[in-house]
Amino acid sequence: MIQHIQPYLRLSGLEPLIIRPETNFVNVGERTNVTGSKKFARLIRDAQYEEALSVARQQVENGAQVLDINMDDALLEGVNAMTTFLNLLQAEPDIAKIPIMIDSSKFEIIVAGLKCVQGKCIVNSISMKEGEAKFIEQAIICKNFGAAVIVMAFDEVGQADTKARKVEICHRAYKILTQQVGFAPEDIIFDPNIFAIATGIEEHNNYAVDFIEATREIKKLMPLAKVSGGVSNVSFSFRGNDHVREAIHSVFLYHAIRAGMDMGIVNAGQLVVYDEIEPQLKQLCEDVILNINNDDNGTTEKLIAFADTVKAKGKELVKDESWRNQEVEKRMEHALINGITEYIDADTEEARLKYPKPLDVIEGPLMDGMNVVGDLFGAGKMFLPQVVKSARVMKKAVAVLTPFIEQEKEERRNNPNQSNNPADEKGPAKILLATVKGDVHDIGKNIVGVVLGCNGYDIIDLGVMVSADKILSEAQKHNVDIIGLSGLITPSLDEMVHIAKEMKRLDLKIPLMIGGATTSRMHTAVKIAPEFDKGVIHVLDASRSVTVAGSLLNKESKPVFLGDIKTEYEKLKADFGNKKSAKQNLDFIDAQKNAAKINWSNYNVVKPKFTGTKVLNNYNLSEIADYIDWQPFFIAWEMHGKFPAILSDSVIGTEATKLYNDAQILLKQIIEENWLTAKGVVGFWKANKTNPDSITIDNNNNKVALEFLRQQIKKAEGQPNLSLADFIHPTESDYMGAFSVTIEGIEKHIKRFEDNLDDYNKIILQALADRLAEAFAELLHQKTRIEYWGYAKEEQLSNEELIKEGYQGIRPAPGYPACPDHTEKYKLFELLGGEDATGIHLTESLAMYPASSVCGWYFANPESKYFGVGKIEKDQLADYAKRKGMNIEDATKWLRPILE
Amino acid sequence: MYNIKEILKERILIIDGAMGTMIQRHKLEETDYRGERFKDWPKDVKGNNDLLSITQPEIIIGIHKQYLDAGADIIETNTFSSTTIAQADYDMQSLAYEMNVASAKCARAAADEYSKNNPNKPRFVAGAIGPLNKTLSLSPDVNNPGYRAVTFDEVVEAYTEQVKGLVEGGVDVLLVETIFDTLNAKAAIYAIKNFFAQNNLPELPIMISGTITDASGRTLSGQTLEAFYVSLVHANPLSIGLNCALGAKEMRPHIEELSSIAKCYTSAYPNAGLPNAFGEYDEQPHETAHIIEEWAKNGFLNIVGGCCGTTPDHIRHIAEEVKNYKPRVLPIVST
Repeated sequence: MIQHIQPYLRLSGLEPLIIRPETNFVNVGERTNVTGSKKFARLIRDAQYEEALSVARQQVENGAQVLDINMDDALLEGVNAMTTFLNLLQAEPDIAKIPIMIDSSKFEIIVAGLKCVQGKCIVNSISMKEGEAKFIEQAIICKNFGAAVIVMAFDEVGQADTKARKVEICHRAYKILTQQVGFAPEDIIFDPNIFAIATGIEEHNNYAVDFIEATREIKKLMPLAKVSGGVSNVSFSFRGNDHVREAIHSVFLYHAIRAGMDMGIVNAGQLVVYDEIEPQLKQLCEDVILNINNDDNGTTEKLIAFADTVKAKGKELVKDESWRNQEVEKRMEHALINGITEYIDADTEEARLKYPKPLDVIEGPLMDGMNVVGDLFGAGKMFLPQVVKSARVMKKAVAVLTPFIEQEKEERRNNPNQSNNPADEKGPAKILLATVKGDVHDIGKNIVGVVLGCNGYDIIDLGVMVSADKILSEAQKHNVDIIGLSGLITPSLDEMVHIAKEMKRLDLKIPLMIGGATTSRMHTAVKIAPEFDKGVIHVLDASRSVTVAGSLLNKESKPVFLGDIKTEYEKLKADFGNKKSAKQNLDFIDAQKNAAKINWSNYNVVKPKFTGTKVLNNYNLSEIADYIDWQPFFIAWEMHGKFPAILSDSVIGTEATKLYNDAQILLKQIIEENWLTAKGVVGFWKANKTNPDSITIDNNNNKVALEFLRQQIKKAEGQPNLSLADFIHPTESDYMGAFSVTIEGIEKHIKRFEDNLDDYNKIILQALADRLAEAFAELLHQKTRIEYWGYAKEEQLSNEELIKEGYQGIRPAPGYPACPDHTEKYKLFELLGGEDATGIHLTESLAMYPASSVCGWYFANPESKYFGVGKIEKDQLADYAKRKGMNIEDATKWLRPILE
Repeated sequence: MYNIKEILKERILIIDGAMGTMIQRHKLEETDYRGERFKDWPKDVKGNNDLLSITQPEIIIGIHKQYLDAGADIIETNTFSSTTIAQADYDMQSLAYEMNVASAKCARAAADEYSKNNPNKPRFVAGAIGPLNKTLSLSPDVNNPGYRAVTFDEVVEAYTEQVKGLVEGGVDVLLVETIFDTLNAKAAIYAIKNFFAQNNLPELPIMISGTITDASGRTLSGQTLEAFYVSLVHANPLSIGLNCALGAKEMRPHIEELSSIAKCYTSAYPNAGLPNAFGEYDEQPHETAHIIEEWAKNGFLNIVGGCCGTTPDHIRHIAEEVKNYKPRVLPIVST
């Protein structure tokens, strides 16, 4: 099938406008014209651009399909005014959605305008008044900008007034444009000049007829070309009497459109419907326009007489204002979503009086509104320029509130009974933004800057390819409140991790926002957040940056907010050691001397039921399922809250319950149909301490030396510098255990869900597999305590107590804070029988595959507990490397996260 | 000289895949980027992939050859950021022109070798003109939405230099790609048209490729796909299409729409799916190719290939899947 493409005039703003034969008359909004609107001219002269934009918006709301913009005023620097206004207009998606007509008698202003607009514009106008050469030159420029042109019926002799001259000039221009310049005929629009009628000068009486008849002829000769005109000219002699003028316009258009006029510059809000013009006035207008019985200006005088009898009845603007009747909160939400600044000052003031504190207005209705914006944006129902617009409404509202917030602070300062927090006296909060080293993409970051800036924050934008060093020194220099990092390419992720490490190293307390196309909440949680504990938040998009920044900078909400984030990352981060104190570390030798003080005389070494390993193949999934900790499951779905309370939560309860029910159905199916296989191995061995931080495992006479790391930070009096080795008897033979578990076989089911485009169940499945692996680890640990090792035979704990780790003994994993060296995992896996035991494979980075796998050491000592090793010094590094038989470089590489 | 317009009537042409992804595989360090010539350059240049056409041309040529082996008919020059504006990040403005010439020569050498060895499958070099890191329709200044970090004239100047370098380096077509902001692309087209007119040279064909950024179905600067098309069709392009930001799956409705409105040839080079949580693209070659096969079957396509995350393997699979389908037939434009 071969398509056909019709030669229609196609224009565009943010959206296309295609003028088809069946398209009705196209209204070109005229109020944004300094020569035609005194109000607009004054606004532009006074640089009141925001109000000037609302004039444009009104035109669009009233149905203008193209916006005519003219800055030809002797008091204006036209190029500047055109550039400034159009650039501002581009930030208003509700206006910029329609095409722009750039209107000037000076071609330099037209070119300036064309340089600002991404869509396909109409140039208004070019003509042959300065000769063909100039005409061609200007037409070529218009063509290279991809604009359609209005050609005025104007030549070297002058402006065409009769039908014959109008047609002749237009036809000549048409031939030049299509044959010499290569203009598409459909991109040519003629303006055959609408002149004022009923002026009292008899020669003017036929001007409307000349226009209408010329239009008919032009359309016949050049059917693809369009005809346009400035309609209000025709009624110029009735200025001051809008009622009559509107009637003249309607009657004129009625006839001109029938003759083929395609578009016209009109006040879109002031067009009376032809059929609704009162009969007497309509008849008079008909006669004047069609020049009937007007030889001695007879008809003209009748219309003038009539005009004197009617008062200029101002028309109500037709605009949907029903939202104004809603509650103030709803009105503010509406204004935020639709980017309407018109009423926001008044509404904000009303809200201020309604709420106890001005700040409550920001945190209540305004933030709520912005959240709706963020959600709509996230859902693809709003797009970025709209969001920027929303942010600006927000800014205006905040500006209304700021003096009151300041005043409140002032009062607090003067009132010694109230708390006087010096932090309140700071200026606007500062946010530093940068695209990280190695990355040059910054469009998204710039947008975040705009949105945040609009919300009253002071933005320090360091640009692109900014080294960690510079970001952090600038942050300190300016005493910023938040650092925002952006990146688009994959390697930027590692750089962000590096920066987070640096922030931790420098002991900065500034929260870190992470954004950009390749970043994700998951990456932030797993890779960046564990490196820096003063708040690392992934921000999905620009609109959300506002709420995130707001939450971070509000002293009351910040702890709750960070707390939520923390819950979310808790299980990912594990226990993270003590970072509060100043960076004062002990010599390694002294740290060793300050090992855990354990009263070994009361300690009974419990011999496990067996030594060596026990493989648990195809373990009963239904038994494992009883040990699932559901909270992380909901976190994976971005639903935060305690389980099972989350199921009855007033906001997300319904959805959480649905999800839980769906997960239960899938879990049941997984179990009944044996989709997944749980494999595990546990092992126990005789363990002897050979050094304060070394334990030798006796595996069937095969000695395996395990090396541990020790906290080196200077502790408070009486607090030990812990090492896992401390939990093994110093002189007698003790025992240690290890385990690994995995949930196998997910791939083909994932594939099936993918093939069915069923992401929902795919993700449930993945989340369940992870939960099952963790649950299996929990179950095995319990069996170890009660049965395999049996050091806590009497234990009786509920699932909730298990989750809270209320049992004796620990199961720390190599690579995690208590034993942060990943490479010890090799030994763990070797002791457990290698890959053969469970099928878990270690990657070169020592990640476990399948992904739903867990491993760890078992310590039974009642004094044993989780801790973080924290930073270590070179002396320990050297000792550790030597013990492990590793060179310093390799050790440094693997231990980098804990090295100073 | 082979005529790409003639070949486009006969079959779907294959354009190559990601350059960056392939460069990453070489794990180049700062010193590799610098080479001998820039060893004392005062600013870090690691990540300036376009510089490699000067300092490591054999790597770039090698990547081109991998794509040619995979079946690419059109290879893109390594010039995504070879403008004075984009190179300012590395203080390498003065090298922008040279980069374009060098990159065009790398691609030219590779393409010519393959065309010579198999004259039945001539290969073409597309001079890649990227979107710039500064945008003409959005303000970077938080307090002034009317502010612009760069002017139209500055952008035209930068692109003119790029076009000059690409043309002198011997490219067959000019590809304005990854268009986030239509006004930047308009400046590129303006520069191209003026360059040829002022130098009295025959115009090279222009390919245009925009980027729909997300679920809104719009460009970053807010235009719908059709508005985007209408705004740029005055370039009288050889082809218009989409690349980047979306995977083939997400790009499909947009390609379908475009194929129904475009009077020129259509092109599509999607990413290898959407990035996963760690920013990696893991859509497999056969998966991408499978989606694209359906496009070809429905007659949406004239030119197809890959963007971020795609590899010679992706291109090979795509080429294999579409080879038996007829290309989209140009619509008849009534007059």
